[in-house]
Amino acid sequence: MPEHEADGQLATPTQEVRDFLHRRREQIAQRWADEPLFRTVFTVSRDEAVEAGKAVVDALAQVADSEQVEDPDAAGFSGVREQLARMGAARSRAGLSNTQVSGELAALRPPVENLLAADLEQAPPEHLRACSTALTVLMGTLRLVAMQTALSEWQALSDRQRMQLLEVATPVIRLWDGIVAVPLIGTLDSARSQIVMETLLNAVVEQHARFAILDITGVPTVDSLVAQHLMKTVAAARLMGAECIVSGIRPAIAQTIVHLGLDLDVITRANLADALGYALHQLGAGIVGPGTGQR
Amino acid sequence: MNDAYARPVTGHVPVLRLGDVLLVTLQGDLHDSTAQQLQQDLAETISRTGVRGVLIDISGVEIVDSFLGRVLAEIAAQAKLLAARTVVAGMRPAVAITLVELGLTLPGLRTALSTEAGMELLTRQAPVPRPGGPRQESP
Amino acid sequence: MHTAAGVEACLPIRSDMDLVWVRQHVRQAAARLGFGLVDQTKLITAASELARNTLVHGGGGQMEATQVGSAGAQGLRLAFTDEGPGIADLDLALSDGYTSGGGLGMGLSGARRLVHDFDIETTPGSGTTVRVTCWVGRPPRPREGA
Repeated sequence: MPEHEADGQLATPTQEVRDFLHRRREQIAQRWADEPLFRTVFTVSRDEAVEAGKAVVDALAQVADSEQVEDPDAAGFSGVREQLARMGAARSRAGLSNTQVSGELAALRPPVENLLAADLEQAPPEHLRACSTALTVLMGTLRLVAMQTALSEWQALSDRQRMQLLEVATPVIRLWDGIVAVPLIGTLDSARSQIVMETLLNAVVEQHARFAILDITGVPTVDSLVAQHLMKTVAAARLMGAECIVSGIRPAIAQTIVHLGLDLDVITRANLADALGYALHQLGAGIVGPGTGQR
Repeated sequence: MNDAYARPVTGHVPVLRLGDVLLVTLQGDLHDSTAQQLQQDLAETISRTGVRGVLIDISGVEIVDSFLGRVLAEIAAQAKLLAARTVVAGMRPAVAITLVELGLTLPGLRTALSTEAGMELLTRQAPVPRPGGPRQESP
Repeated sequence: MHTAAGVEACLPIRSDMDLVWVRQHVRQAAARLGFGLVDQTKLITAASELARNTLVHGGGGQMEATQVGSAGAQGLRLAFTDEGPGIADLDLALSDGYTSGGGLGMGLSGARRLVHDFDIETTPGSGTTVRVTCWVGRPPRPREGA
């Protein structure tokens, strides 16, 4: 330990940082309120941003007091975790990438450091350096906490959106009296297939549909799992007394199905129009009209 | 108490005759013995009356397990031997999904969306060929 | 009788009347835990298959229902226990189409496909326990192989 500190008058760097945070609470919060992260999240009033800043300063002081500056799980952070997550989420909703949000969090450090440097102007340089290091570590931990919390929030949000998308992405269309169709677009996984199956079968009951067309024009690949899901849907519809027609099997997919050795025991048609034509014919209706020389 | 457990309630499911068709409406949770009793009753009634069709409405049935599935398949098979066609009508989506997941697709069973559709299927002269039935070739 | 929770219970499986009780209990428990209609139907059907196995192959036994999971995921676990002859060849018994009781041979293998977790313990000569668990809101697992 350097000689001039040996007198024991100086607090440890962490304690120094804690006292500094208590002392400069108002100023730090004021400066943060002008930083993009606070300014853009708390748009209603500047006071609101200052109050939010003070809460974060208090949390940092509490963490410093418990000497846990490197621990993102420190109890002191628990009070501001939710607030940080809200701020992060708000920024990402505003179109910022994770990196940009992280950058805005990093931008909170310099104003605090400048204040600290000004406060400890008279202190021995080693002590100032040690205190800055402690503050830097503490701010780094804060950033980590904010990112952690925000990421889990984003995860939950994206899960929710994914589920909503699943439901929205399965429109069952009534094409004719007794004929419904569902155009499938995108990848079919287990969760989505389950929703497709339930939605389609419920529509079959509601619409008294004798024919249900599964159009897979928009499905990029058909592996054995997807084929299995299609076959389950077809089989379940049959048990209910409806017939499924799979339309829009692209040549590459036909090849895959053959290569996989799958037995697609189902009526297939090249496209939705042909499938509708087939179903109409079976129902005893026909397409009379100019043009479409199909079938 | 034990006696009540040991002797399951056997009930007869009412079998209605509508012209050339026997109509059976299943409802709720069927005991195994009731289902077996129905299978026996139907065989006797078909042979006694000489009807050409059996329509089983299962729209009120919440669960079809492999036992009831087998009973339905056997009813259809025995009716066929007695020169009658069987249609199972009104299976609920959840029941159908579960049966498929269970591995029971009941290929020999003729199905219809409703009793009306089933009746139409049975009373129409020419039976509609079921697509996806017997396959001619396999790789 | 059932506990206050309405989920936890131990039901005897001695006759085909008991199968009805088992199905009704599982239906109520599954509805209480918030299972969707399709998942309820699957779980009740699986319970029906397994309870029938307990009755027909195990000579009777019991079903124990337990609520499992924490705040994150809720589930219903059913344990079917018998003291029957046990299963000599488990792999065979779990394969589609295998039957020793004159059924369609879909009981054990089919029930397995209807649930999320499936676990079986059997000792030839001293009995079998099958435990199945379904989780609320989890998509069905893909069929193995096939």
